[in-house]
This record gives sequence, C-alpha cells and structure tokens, in this order.
Amino acid sequence: MWMRASLAYRTSFWMLTIGGFVVGGLDMVGIWILFQTIDRLGGFSLTEVAFLYGAAGFGLAVADMIVGQVERVGQLVRLGKLDVMMVRPLPLLSQVCAEQFALRRVSRVLLTAGILTWGAAYVDWTPLRAAVTVSMLMSGVVIFAAVWITFATIQFWTADSAEIANAFTYGGSTVTQYPLAIYPSEVIKALTFAVPLAFVNWYPALYVLDRDDPLGLPTAFQFASPVVALVLTGIAALAWRTGVRHYTSTGS
Amino acid sequence: MLHLSVAVSSFRRYSTYRAATIAGAFTNSVFGIIMCFVYLAVWERQPDAGGYDASDAVTYVWLGQAMLAALATFGGGAPDDLAARIKSGDVAIDFYRPVDILGWYLAADLGRAAFQLLTRGLAPTLVGIALFDIRLPPGPVAWLGFAAAVVLAVVVSYALRMLVALSTFWLLDDTGPRTLAMVVAVFLGGMTVPLVLFPDGLREVAMALPWVAYLQVPADIWLGQRAGTELLAGLALAAAWAAVLLAVAALVLRAAERRVVVQGG
Repeated sequence: MWMRASLAYRTSFWMLTIGGFVVGGLDMVGIWILFQTIDRLGGFSLTEVAFLYGAAGFGLAVADMIVGQVERVGQLVRLGKLDVMMVRPLPLLSQVCAEQFALRRVSRVLLTAGILTWGAAYVDWTPLRAAVTVSMLMSGVVIFAAVWITFATIQFWTADSAEIANAFTYGGSTVTQYPLAIYPSEVIKALTFAVPLAFVNWYPALYVLDRDDPLGLPTAFQFASPVVALVLTGIAALAWRTGVRHYTSTGS
Repeated sequence: MLHLSVAVSSFRRYSTYRAATIAGAFTNSVFGIIMCFVYLAVWERQPDAGGYDASDAVTYVWLGQAMLAALATFGGGAPDDLAARIKSGDVAIDFYRPVDILGWYLAADLGRAAFQLLTRGLAPTLVGIALFDIRLPPGPVAWLGFAAAVVLAVVVSYALRMLVALSTFWLLDDTGPRTLAMVVAVFLGGMTVPLVLFPDGLREVAMALPWVAYLQVPADIWLGQRAGTELLAGLALAAAWAAVLLAVAALVLRAAERRVVVQGG
C-alpha cells in the first residue's frame, strides 16, 4: 500500500529512488576522491576501506528499513497518534515502525551491499572468514536497530530530540565506515565499551582482513559481535518498556 | 522595513525550537570530530593535499559543520513552508497578497539562517576550537569577505531550494526533487570532500557551479587562500549565481501563477 501511494507521484518517486541510491554511496565517492591523493588511510587500502564501509552501511541501511520509523515516535506523541496505537491489540513497537514504509530505503541496502561485495572481492577467503562475515552483517543490523530504539525512547521525555539519536545512528555509521585506526585510542575504547559500535564491522573485519588490532585487545573480541548484539537488544527492550510506562499522553 | 520584520519574526520563530537546536549542534559537533580525524589521517599521508595544510583542512571541516544548518544543505527553511502551501492549495492566498513571494520568503529564510548561524554555527565552532588546531581569518578584509560570502551562500542556497519547492506546482510532491537537490548540494557543495581535492577536470567544473558558493568560497576566504582580486572574484561568482538563480525562480514562479488551479472555489 505504501508503495502504491508513493508511486502515485511518479517523477518524484523515481527522483527519490535515485537520490536515495546515490546518498548511501556519497561518502564512498568521497573516500575514492581522497584515495586519489593518498594510497592508504590509517594503513588500509581502498578496497579494505570499501569492505568496512559496506559492512557498516549495510547494517545501518537494513536497520533503518526495519526500525528507522521509530525516530518519529516524538511526532506521534505530539499528534496524539500514540494513544490510538496503544489501544490496538498489536505490539506498540511494531506499529510505530510500520507507520510508514519507504521503498527508497531498499535502494540504500542494495547500494551498500554492492560496495561490500566490491570490497569482499579482494579478501582472501576461508570458511571461517565467511562465517565471521555473515555473523558480522547480522549482528551489525541488530546492533544499529537496538541503538536506534534505545535513543528514540528519549523522545518519551523530550518529544523534540530526534537528532540526538541521529548523532548515534548516522554518526555511528559514519564513524565506523572509516578504519578505526585513524582515531585516538580513547575513541576506539569508547566505541568498544561505551557505545559498542566497533562490533558492527571493525573487530570482525580485523579478522576477515587479517589485520592486527591497534589496541592489542584479545582476539575473542573479533568473534564477540553476536554477544554484543544480544546484550544491546536487552537494553533496548528495557529502555522501550521504561519509556512506554513513563508515557502519560500529551494532556487534554 | 516589511522584509526586515519578516526576517526578525522568522529569527524568533526558530529561536523557540530550543531542544532541536541543542540536539542539532550536538550532531554537528559529532560529525565535525569524525571528519577531523579522517582529514588528519589524509593530510598525514599527504601534507599539502589540495594546497591545504592539516590546520586548513580541520578548519574547513568546522566551517562546514557551522554553516550546514544555516545553508539548509539538507533542505528545509522557508521554501519548505511554501512547498507545503502549494500542496495544500494555500498558496492561492499568497498570490493575491500585495507582497512579492520571492522576497517575502527570502527575508524569512535569511532570518532563519541568522539564527542558525548564531546557535548551530557558533556551538560546533567552539567545540572545534577546543579540540583542534583551528585557523582564524588573517585580517579584517578576510572577516568582511567571509561575512559577505556567507550571506551570498544563503541566497544561492535559498534560490536553489526555492526552485525545488516550486517544482511542487508540477509534480505535486517535492520529496523526490528535495532528495536529489540534497545529494547534489552535499557533494558539489564540498561537504563530502573539499572541492580543492576533486580530481582535475571535475574540480574545474565543480568550482564554476553555483554550489561552490556554499562552502568552498567562504572557507577559502576565511583561510586566506583567496585574498585580493581572488577574494573579489569568488564573491562576484557567488553574487552572479545568486542573481541568475533568483531570476530563474522568478520566471518559474510567474509560469506557475498562470498555471495554478484552485480546487473547490
């Protein structure tokens, strides 16, 4: 239905699809331009950066497609639509996420998958590396989705703060699309222990690309992404439940 | 006088979105920090890439973050209000009001830009100064040139966003053109990578297009890369694009006026 509705404005729809397709790869074009003047970024080659970029971008794009609408929860609160949803016999979170489906988000998934494939073509594959890659991609989606939901729940308290979540989701995918080796070690530690976005691509990719960890952390970290995803899902569920319980409608 | 009061009201309107402003400044700062580390890694490998040194590159990042909201590179601002009125049909009322639509909305957009430059521009700049080695304009001429370049940048951006909004008259939905316009503005406006780093050929083209006025011209004036006649040439280019695009917007608006059909009258 959402698809047919957006196809009603044909020209606009195709412009949106093309725009959505290009925007996901814009930073990659930027990286390619940077590689016209340098040969390595933080010790990583262009195709290795493409692998990292594709993995982070894919995780974000799929998470965005599934739960991205949750960032509009503040708007739903303001319009009183959340009250309507709460009396329906369906899980609230799925209703919020299904408020609007945008096909254009699919184009972003395809593009990042393409970049990932390009980067992956230069990897020296073994069965275990392939397995780690698959687990990396699935964990990446879950981690981004959990972060998205957790920060969206802030809007139950301040309806106007959708951008805070953006700093962590879009900001997080921007942080992780470059090799973390370019950041000071405090930043990498924060991305490992505070907001563990390094597990979206960095640690598993270190294993797949056969690189040494600049921080020298245990190798176990490179296989820990699914565990991190599980823990973050628990936190997100808790945050969401607390937010809904705190919610007391908008008055009148 | 009328336009001034429109601008002041618009300034005050945006000053009420306090939480959004703080959150936006926070996001700008986060992205600024990320880009700084990326650029520092690049300039470590190639210390004079694009004729910039590392300090220039870092300053460029923070100028970009500071001007992002004011320029509405991602879309938004007064033209969005017009697009909504076109979709709902309220624009018919605008047409019989005794004010010119382009000037009215330009005043509103300049008021918005002034507010966002003071808040979402200043806050990330302070973060940048605290964390990185930022360069300041070399003298009063550069300060003045930068101020003029920023105003021209907002006008160019306004004219382009206005053209997108006016496309609603024909397409009835502006989300598509908006997305395309944003992609082009982000890339050719130098938000992804400074235009000076673009490969030969592409760079010359990008440097002649309207989007050069967004960030590259103001940044080069700020950094002292454009001084003397080059400073004037940069401002002249931005002013020429502002004039051309406003003229085109006026033509499109007149065409739309003849075309508009108000339903239910």
